[in-house]
Amino acid sequence: MLKQIEGSAAVAEAVALCRPQVICAYPISPQTHIVEGLGKLVSAGQLKPCEFINVESEFAAMSVAIGASAAGARAYTATASQGLLFMAEAVFNAAGLGLPIVMTVANRAIGAPINIWNDHTDALSQRDCGWIQLFAEDNQEALDLHIQAFRLAEELSVPVMVCMDGFILTHAYERVDMPTQEQVDAYLPPYEPRQVLDPADPVSIGAMVGPEAFMEVRYLAHAKQRQALELIPAWAGEFKRIFGRESGGLTHTYRLEDAETVVVALGSVLGTIKDTVDEMRSHGVKIGVLGITCFRPWPTAAVRAALAQAKRVVVLEKSLAVGLGGIVSNNVSAAYQGSPDDVHAVIAGLGGRSITRGSLQKVFNQAIEGKLDPVTFLDLDYSIVDRVLKREREQRRSGPIAEAILRELGVVAAKIG
Amino acid sequence: MFQVRIHGRGGQGVVTAAELLSVAGFREGRHAQAFPSFGSERTGAPVVAFCRLDTRPIRLREPILAPDALIIQDPTLLHQVDVFGGLTPDGYILINTSRTFEQLGLEEFAAGFRPERLRTVPATEFALKHVGRPLPNAALLGGFAALTQQISLESVSAAIREKFPTKVAEANIAAAGEAFTYISQQLREAASA
Repeated sequence: MLKQIEGSAAVAEAVALCRPQVICAYPISPQTHIVEGLGKLVSAGQLKPCEFINVESEFAAMSVAIGASAAGARAYTATASQGLLFMAEAVFNAAGLGLPIVMTVANRAIGAPINIWNDHTDALSQRDCGWIQLFAEDNQEALDLHIQAFRLAEELSVPVMVCMDGFILTHAYERVDMPTQEQVDAYLPPYEPRQVLDPADPVSIGAMVGPEAFMEVRYLAHAKQRQALELIPAWAGEFKRIFGRESGGLTHTYRLEDAETVVVALGSVLGTIKDTVDEMRSHGVKIGVLGITCFRPWPTAAVRAALAQAKRVVVLEKSLAVGLGGIVSNNVSAAYQGSPDDVHAVIAGLGGRSITRGSLQKVFNQAIEGKLDPVTFLDLDYSIVDRVLKREREQRRSGPIAEAILRELGVVAAKIG
Repeated sequence: MFQVRIHGRGGQGVVTAAELLSVAGFREGRHAQAFPSFGSERTGAPVVAFCRLDTRPIRLREPILAPDALIIQDPTLLHQVDVFGGLTPDGYILINTSRTFEQLGLEEFAAGFRPERLRTVPATEFALKHVGRPLPNAALLGGFAALTQQISLESVSAAIREKFPTKVAEANIAAAGEAFTYISQQLREAASA
């Protein structure tokens, strides 16, 4: 059924259709509306049997999800930003134990400086934790990916993180096609755990493992993720059969046919990139787009195939490996068979900085003209940066950086873009 | 694509206005995307919300830099924020005030635009009269429907009914209706002048 609703409300409804049995939640922007929506459904008796557990922290949220999942329940939680970092130890544990928890990450920057706006630093900080990480391009895909995530998680006994851009998607009202309970039931069978804490058939989960077996356990986690690379496209195919639309999979390509320049990105910025590419295509520029839906496991073969004809690659990413440059671009470089010099990282949108068509077109043209640096910061105000650096050279006690920059900028919230 | 930018202050229902507008557009079979400028969740702080309407799916996620229409929920913002930034030459402006553009000191600015598309409406007065609270957003949407004819008053009313409990909804619909009539009357007078 077509609906015009907020992204968070759409995800809450979709998660409810997946019949979770335990939802544990701790509020943090921009994720909160999702668990609020689910909380209302549980308290109204519309989602049952399901236990909604208010916990005292994100660490507790993931710990409760681990306990619930180990006891055989379909478990769900959601978080963002500092909340994800606070639960990080338990996030690794969920993966290490092979518990199929599904978690939404409403992507948001990491402080300091504290910032509630969108970028991908939170999810990418956990890229090696052993969870499958899927990134949604719009709200339709966000809700579809949650349905696929439960299937994937439970089939493989691996936890899955569904990443959706905080505010840009979570707080956006747009059209979504909400599936029926019958469709979701046809796609997602009841949870049949591989391991379960059952007093009638006792086992222990979470043994201490020494050097004699640790490598093997880690290898099996890796092997499972490689297996997921085959299963994800197959289940996206089955999703299409039942729900009638393309959603999920490893990657999405757009106008790649004869593209000499390929832009790679994750998440909602793909929409703005596609509009920019359409505009450039209308002027005869051979440019296309590769969207990464599945970031972990990293779809090496799919990325390699998509970039096979590309003379140059621009990776536009909302994340920064401080001291190196791009994170996604580093992964792309490893898959690209051309020269690593032809892969450019463009760091954009950190802390919610707007990414506009005008700026994108400028940077894509620079790449085509061979004038783009290996690492570029989109729309960075170098005049401010230079003033801070000058002050640091001139005085030892130059003071806190963030506060100094805010003072130079003047009125907060006076700018529209 | 028709792009609307709504300026106001925290607590005035700016974000809700954009959401309602998107629901109204959706009800008329169009694609619609509403989203807030994020962060300033303090009462009284300047807030911006955006709404795009189109016959095709909307992929663009940048803020609306060149709006086709502006709704200004609070005229005290005129001197604080660049509310008119990027307005297209054929653009519409609807300001919540009982004063005219001339009385607001905007005569010179208005000269660059089509005068019949620049309107003011006492939306807060209508809200106080019908809703009993100074929440001008529904009334402004009624005025917007009359001014731009992008959506019908019926769709605005249906969106309000979808969002609010019956009593609150009907009061807001009455405010929207009065603003619709007020702007329609103004436009008729301008056309015959």
